[in-house]
Amino acid sequence: MQTTNGSTLLRLALAMACAIASAAAQAQDASALNGVQEEPAEQPTGSSGKLLLTGGVTQVEGAAGGGLTPWAVIGGYGTRDQIGGNAFFTRVDVGDYRMDSYGALVGLYDRVELSVSRQEFDTQQVGALLGLGRGFTIKQDTYGLKVKLFGDAVLEQDSWVPQVSIGVQHKRNHEGALLAAIGARHDSGTDYYLSATKLYLGRNLLLNATVRFTQANQFGILGFGGDRHEGYRAQFEASAAYLVTRKLAIGAEYRTKPDNLGIAAEDDAFDVFIAWAPLKHVSLTVAYVDLGNVVIRDNQHGVYASLQVGF
Amino acid sequence: MHKYPIRLALATLLAASCASLHAQTMHAEPEAMATPTVPTAVREPGVPEPAPVHPDLSGVFTDFGGMTGMTALMDDFMQVMLEDPRLKPFFEHADQPRIKRQLAEQFCAILNGGCAYSGRDMKAAHAALAIDRADFNALVEDLQIAMERRKIPFSSQNKLLAVLAPMHREVINR
Repeated sequence: MQTTNGSTLLRLALAMACAIASAAAQAQDASALNGVQEEPAEQPTGSSGKLLLTGGVTQVEGAAGGGLTPWAVIGGYGTRDQIGGNAFFTRVDVGDYRMDSYGALVGLYDRVELSVSRQEFDTQQVGALLGLGRGFTIKQDTYGLKVKLFGDAVLEQDSWVPQVSIGVQHKRNHEGALLAAIGARHDSGTDYYLSATKLYLGRNLLLNATVRFTQANQFGILGFGGDRHEGYRAQFEASAAYLVTRKLAIGAEYRTKPDNLGIAAEDDAFDVFIAWAPLKHVSLTVAYVDLGNVVIRDNQHGVYASLQVGF
Repeated sequence: MHKYPIRLALATLLAASCASLHAQTMHAEPEAMATPTVPTAVREPGVPEPAPVHPDLSGVFTDFGGMTGMTALMDDFMQVMLEDPRLKPFFEHADQPRIKRQLAEQFCAILNGGCAYSGRDMKAAHAALAIDRADFNALVEDLQIAMERRKIPFSSQNKLLAVLAPMHREVINR
């Protein structure tokens, strides 16, 4: 029941986000037709107010940020007078596993961000080895809330004070019985995080630091808490991005994770990424990602690719 | 949100006090005075300097092509803004030659190019307009497009933008 409801809700949210995004795009196309267009690709578009890429991309659990890490920015291109939003699809393909994550977020007045996303972890051959069946897929829904506390990552360039936000990510894994069998204590859990983000424009540099209090094993895919540790532990996440052009950024991220399960050692994750926004409402992020050991398979590294559309 | 009434009150006060003061420009040209509704060159105490000189940015001024490049940039910048439905209403009936000249002076002064900025402070200069954050960002975006057209190195673009960005506090007034 709960699975069906979660899934329906997600599809609804995605459909809504896509409808809004395409309506916004059409409105912009229509308005573009009325103006004199010398170099269409270089023309400013629409009424959405934030600067290109300053809403970040969408991290794997659905919050605006880098690929692995939430940032303090509020997703979408809405300013403090506007509402923004976007939808994303991400695929992470590492040696023996594949994870898809998709969802949508709404940014309200550059202050509050609401997000909903689904993670689908395909165990591929490992599923067969563990007796789950080849291609057994663990599903999880994540509901996110982020609130900006103070600061402005982009415009306050004469100040070192970053933009600071707090957030929660409530995760509900669908595989309770399996999680209990591997030693996880819960099939749902809530992460709490504090993020600080600053663009150092004169140096073409964006820096982010996040501290997350979590019980999650492998982002929640393997449940919450375990036989080795049960309670909340502070984890640290950092991103650095270098702006190459207005539309292109390269960078790296690092995210520490708990190691709660006796049967499945868990390592920190890191990635090296390229984020490209060919148009204001579209961004594409491609990364090399390394997750380390993931359940009986060591050295899981590979490709991360994410598409985001928004307004 | 709660700052709006304060900003509005400040902007109104400034606009009122500016209107009572005499105008003066260094390079006053006859056509620049064609719309005499706005006074110039008034600096209110407490309002940030509109063209703070950054001696370390002389190299950036060179990357902009000196004053010749800056003047050419302003032609492109104004053209991009007039093609932008978000900004066209702010500029189509304005004194464009004067705005371009004063922007060139302001940017030249900031980048230690030896110019003196003859315009008003950023609060007074925008007080008659209703500018929100999206408008401000749209202008930054159009300036970026114009700088790209002029092939100005990206990191030099950003060094100038880093000086201009904090002016949102005076420019945005709604």
